[in-house]
Amino acid sequence: MTENAYLIPLLPMFAFVMIVFFMRWNEKLSAGFSIAMILISWVMSLVILFETLGRHGEPYEIYFYLTSFVGINLEVGFLVDSLTAVMLMVVTTVGACVEIYSVGYMKDDPRFSRFFSYLSLFLFSMLGLVLANNFFMIFIFWELVGLTSYLLIGFWFEKKIAADAGKKAFITTRIGDLGFIVGLLMVAFYAGTFNFGGVFDKVSAGLIPAGIVTVMGIFLFCGAIGKSAQFPLHVWLPDAMEGPTPVSALIHAATMVAAGVYLVARIMNIFVGSAEASMVVAVIGLITSFLAASIGLVQNDIKRVLAYSTVSQLGYMIMALGLYGYDTAGGHHSAGYVAGTLHLMTHAFFKGLLFLGAGSVIHAVHTNDIQEMGGLAPKMKITSITFMIASLSIAGIFPLSGFWSKDEIIAATLHHPVFLIVTLLIAFMTAFYMWRLCFLTFFGKPRDQHRFDHAHESPRSMTWPLMVLGFLSIFAGWVAIPWLPHGFSSFVFHGELHHASPNIILMLISTVVAVSGIVLAYFIYYKEKISADKLAEKFRPIYKLLYNKYYFDEIYHLLILNPILKFANFMWSFDAGVIDGAVNGTAWLTIVWSNIKLWFDTWIVDGAVNGSGWLVRQGARILRFLQSGSMQFYVLFILVIVVVIALIKFEFIRIDIHWPVITVVFVLGVTLLGVLSKLAAGSEDAPSSAKQEE
Amino acid sequence: MFYYLGLAAVLFSIGLFGVITRRNVIGILMSLELMFNAANINFVTFNKFILNDGLTGQLFAIFIVVVAAAEATVGLAIVLLLYRNWRGINTDNVSIMKW
Repeated sequence: MTENAYLIPLLPMFAFVMIVFFMRWNEKLSAGFSIAMILISWVMSLVILFETLGRHGEPYEIYFYLTSFVGINLEVGFLVDSLTAVMLMVVTTVGACVEIYSVGYMKDDPRFSRFFSYLSLFLFSMLGLVLANNFFMIFIFWELVGLTSYLLIGFWFEKKIAADAGKKAFITTRIGDLGFIVGLLMVAFYAGTFNFGGVFDKVSAGLIPAGIVTVMGIFLFCGAIGKSAQFPLHVWLPDAMEGPTPVSALIHAATMVAAGVYLVARIMNIFVGSAEASMVVAVIGLITSFLAASIGLVQNDIKRVLAYSTVSQLGYMIMALGLYGYDTAGGHHSAGYVAGTLHLMTHAFFKGLLFLGAGSVIHAVHTNDIQEMGGLAPKMKITSITFMIASLSIAGIFPLSGFWSKDEIIAATLHHPVFLIVTLLIAFMTAFYMWRLCFLTFFGKPRDQHRFDHAHESPRSMTWPLMVLGFLSIFAGWVAIPWLPHGFSSFVFHGELHHASPNIILMLISTVVAVSGIVLAYFIYYKEKISADKLAEKFRPIYKLLYNKYYFDEIYHLLILNPILKFANFMWSFDAGVIDGAVNGTAWLTIVWSNIKLWFDTWIVDGAVNGSGWLVRQGARILRFLQSGSMQFYVLFILVIVVVIALIKFEFIRIDIHWPVITVVFVLGVTLLGVLSKLAAGSEDAPSSAKQEE
Repeated sequence: MFYYLGLAAVLFSIGLFGVITRRNVIGILMSLELMFNAANINFVTFNKFILNDGLTGQLFAIFIVVVAAAEATVGLAIVLLLYRNWRGINTDNVSIMKW
């Protein structure tokens, strides 16, 4: 099956094509077909996972050269190793759950089929990205993921805010992608190949200077910063909540943001080659995680809390991966890689579950504001139970899957005190805000009776995915129980195998931290022993700062958007003034020039033509009197001329034959004759001439 | 030779004078005949005295006589038409081509 792994992304692509061209008129068929395709992909992923397990994670790579471009082989192929196998499993599982869930959630949407085609395209992009065996392909799928996320976030594009959120997501990730491209070019330039294995070999063999590896790693990480919504490009992810909730689940759990973490994990060898780049990664992850967790404490939109939670957890993963690179570069053992990838997996399940659960709640009460919910647990049993399972899992409560991965992450920070303390703090905050959400949503008295009365459990197509994911949220992490001899760590372990002895004390600490967070939330929001409002009042500046998300949007607006807008305005005025001016000026000049030519035409050309006509007329007016009608006169005239010519010819009169002069004399003479004959005619027979002129 | 040429010149001048002064179309035609014959005399004379054995001048003179006969025919036909249209053959009347 592994040799046919390329079918896994192609099946959703097939679904996309079929829906777009043949099925979009039939909503049930489109949904059913795309779900069928992703389920087949899921089965194949499962088989591949077991085959990879059977190979003990030995990489399996197939590729062929597409073409050679300036000495770099562009190839098409796929690579299946343990990381890929796990990611395929995660993406297809969450993808299938989301698609099934969407059948219920999007039921009355006018663009139902289109939604499923987009979802299929999204899954195609992500699965392709996971399977890619070289930087070139990963970049293509990377951009496809960006495109489809844009389409899906802005799916309800009638709402301006959703359309704007789509644009924001697209443009913000594009900024990161710029760095990614630079990184790719550096890879091409210094490594001379795009193939992962080829690049990593060159890095580990030290063929690329250390400084270059650092810069390359940081640039490549820029792409992950954008895609995984890391500081300072995290601003798009909360806004992306404007998309349909299943999309949020997909983006947060399996596809879009996971791509960035996956990229960092995939190119880990580059970071291992550079401690500095790894440190940058770790620090960025830590900052992101802390900022997002603290913002999540005070948000009131259920999806935004989850969004900041996602950003925070992604920061966790990135930090763990960065620390792994740092420690390994320093020659130490680290659990970071396992922790990061494991958390990527477990997080996908429980975050997908959280979003789908939130979607279910929103579906029931038609609002995103948790202050208007409350007491929903009895009405929505499945939703609330699964939601709480996920919340426990993300808080890191033993023995749910989140516990194991979070514990690994904390273990990875063990040698870095600052990281350790902040990580624990974040774990505390995570537990707190997740349970704040739970208590406000599902317990206590309903704060909006009208909404509460209309609440109901969601249809089965929505609750089944919740249960599947709830199951996975509990058990998925168990593969990494440290006491297992061949657990997750030995499967995905990067580099040489290292058995970390389970650290019981650390586990206890992390559990205590998580439980204390939950307990605090319990007292504030359930028992209401401590008033949340008073707390907010007491720490007003901090509250305001957090509530406004550290004013990131405002700062960006001020620092980046304003100059850009000003610049754009300037360019506009330049355009309007100079370029349009030039164009209009040219037109104006043309008109003026045409007017000049018109004048020239009327007066000079026409003047010349008419003038010559006029001249001839005037000449004729005089000369016509030669036509006297008297035959004798004609004969006399001829005789005189003949005689004159004869005289000249036989040189009786000597004149220099000077033709112009002769011509002039002739013309003048003839004219004179005409005038004379006119006078004569006028005096003689004026009446007859008047009669003839009629 | 001088006498012959003199005769021709006199004859030509008389014809020319007739053409210019005559108002009668018939008269003009007759004067024209005089001028033709003056030219004929010139041809014959020059043939006799300059081109001793040639016949060119003689032949040309005969040719001119023939052409003159044809011309007289046409001219008389025109005169006839003039007479029909104007009831007279005075050239002064025939002036519709005048300015």
